[in-house]
Amino acid sequence: MVLTRRALTQQQLISRVVKPAFFALALVPFGLLLRDGFMEQLGANPVEEITHRTGDWTLYFLLATLAITPLRRLTGLNQLIKMRRMVGLFAFFYACLHLFTYLVIDLVFYLPEIAEDIVKRPYITVGFTAFLILTALAVTSPIRMVKKLGGRTWNKLHRLIYVAGALGVLHYLWLVKADTSRPVVFGLVLVGLLAFRIKLLRGRDIRFRGWRKTGAVAHNDRLKSIALWEGDGDLT
Amino acid sequence: MLIRKRSEIPSSEITPEKTYIDRRKFIGATLAGVGAVAVGRTRLPSLLAAEGDSGVGFPADDELTPYELITSYNNFYEFGTSKEDPARNAQEFVTRPWTVRVEGEVSRPADYDLDDLLRPHTPEERIYRLRCVEGWSAVIPWLGIPLRDIIERLQPTSNARFVEFTTLLDPEQMPGQRRRVLNWPYVEGLRMDEAMHPLTLIAVGLYGRELPNQNGAPLRLVVPWKYGFKSGKSIVKIRFRRNMPLTSWADAAPREYGFYANVNPEVDHPRWSQARERRLGKFLRIRTQMFNGYGEEVAHLYNGMDLRRWF
Repeated sequence: MVLTRRALTQQQLISRVVKPAFFALALVPFGLLLRDGFMEQLGANPVEEITHRTGDWTLYFLLATLAITPLRRLTGLNQLIKMRRMVGLFAFFYACLHLFTYLVIDLVFYLPEIAEDIVKRPYITVGFTAFLILTALAVTSPIRMVKKLGGRTWNKLHRLIYVAGALGVLHYLWLVKADTSRPVVFGLVLVGLLAFRIKLLRGRDIRFRGWRKTGAVAHNDRLKSIALWEGDGDLT
Repeated sequence: MLIRKRSEIPSSEITPEKTYIDRRKFIGATLAGVGAVAVGRTRLPSLLAAEGDSGVGFPADDELTPYELITSYNNFYEFGTSKEDPARNAQEFVTRPWTVRVEGEVSRPADYDLDDLLRPHTPEERIYRLRCVEGWSAVIPWLGIPLRDIIERLQPTSNARFVEFTTLLDPEQMPGQRRRVLNWPYVEGLRMDEAMHPLTLIAVGLYGRELPNQNGAPLRLVVPWKYGFKSGKSIVKIRFRRNMPLTSWADAAPREYGFYANVNPEVDHPRWSQARERRLGKFLRIRTQMFNGYGEEVAHLYNGMDLRRWF
């Protein structure tokens, strides 16, 4: 199917400008971390600082991933879907750094304690579970995995990101001592993003605003969106 | 054993020589600086002189935590809940004049001007480990007065079994108190025998300087075998009591924080392990010691007590 000139331009804009720009931007927190590390600007408790920063960015990217569908619907910018995998993979990237910090810097010499922690400390149990989910989603994120699993199965599997988001917020909430304001804000944003989806399921007639060609209902859109994901223009 | 007379142990065995010499230089420089600032009020020259005499040592593996770290990473929720908040928000905090109310089971209840309360005593340097309940720690050269010296002068009655310390309540100056993260004002307390223990200190300075605001100026408690939150800061009231006071963290989360809060690697916080700690500025964790390494001095206070129950 031939796309319109305007859509083509939009696509090119996404693949040649927006995606690379976002990629570079998403690496800025990592760059700052490296810079501050080498310049010894990580404060009095560097390991804690690294852990907190990478944890924060995991949650930011996780919520950003979950914000893409609502954003598309609200703005009609369907091309945003092409950003979703990258945003999600950055959540996984920062989650890896987060876990890596804990495993390697923190506990490398105390392997039995890692196992004990995962079982005994609820906030680590849920955090680790969230990480396993993100790993499964990252591994199945290439387009050939979508094809291999089939759209329906893939969709079901990737709905686990809702669980990962909830566990991630819980992980944060369970480790703070008294001031729960930040995890609560993360939680409220997450609830907002999930509520949007519940609303979508209820009112199946909510449509992609800019989806004039197909005019599909939400469920079909989701299936289509996987094809759109790779952005090669074969929408049919 | 942490506190030793110089005659018992040569300082070269305790502190790496270079560190020690640097410290001499540093203290000398500070002394010169302080002379210009506020001699009469703070009595710092005498504090520093006392440092030279007391010869307080520390185990060789306990390297002093740098001043910059001790004063930039603080739990002082009155000035905000993040570690950097107190250093930022406490700069304008006014610590003079300062009144400490002494009340309760005491023969001379009164409002003391801080300088009057401290004047009869000579602060000394004590290098103590500080272990936070969160799992980080530091080694801090405090300047302080043994609490027992002050208590003896205040003459509590025989009914006094506990001492309660209350931190200033002043949301105008303490922005953290505008949110009810804890039930303000902050209250801490000790059993009388803990308060009278020679290790227990009322600190008025660190690293040979006046206590920085973010560290609890103008006076704070230091109880080195207990988790850091037992050390009430910016104290305005000392109350001698018959009964155990309800302390702030025990009030906020009774399952997680008890009255005693002795450092104990075998009793985990309900949500995290207390087996290890990370020294500020260091990467790898070290083992946490029973009573923070002061067991020889304080374990007898808790003979026969189930430390899992009385956490």
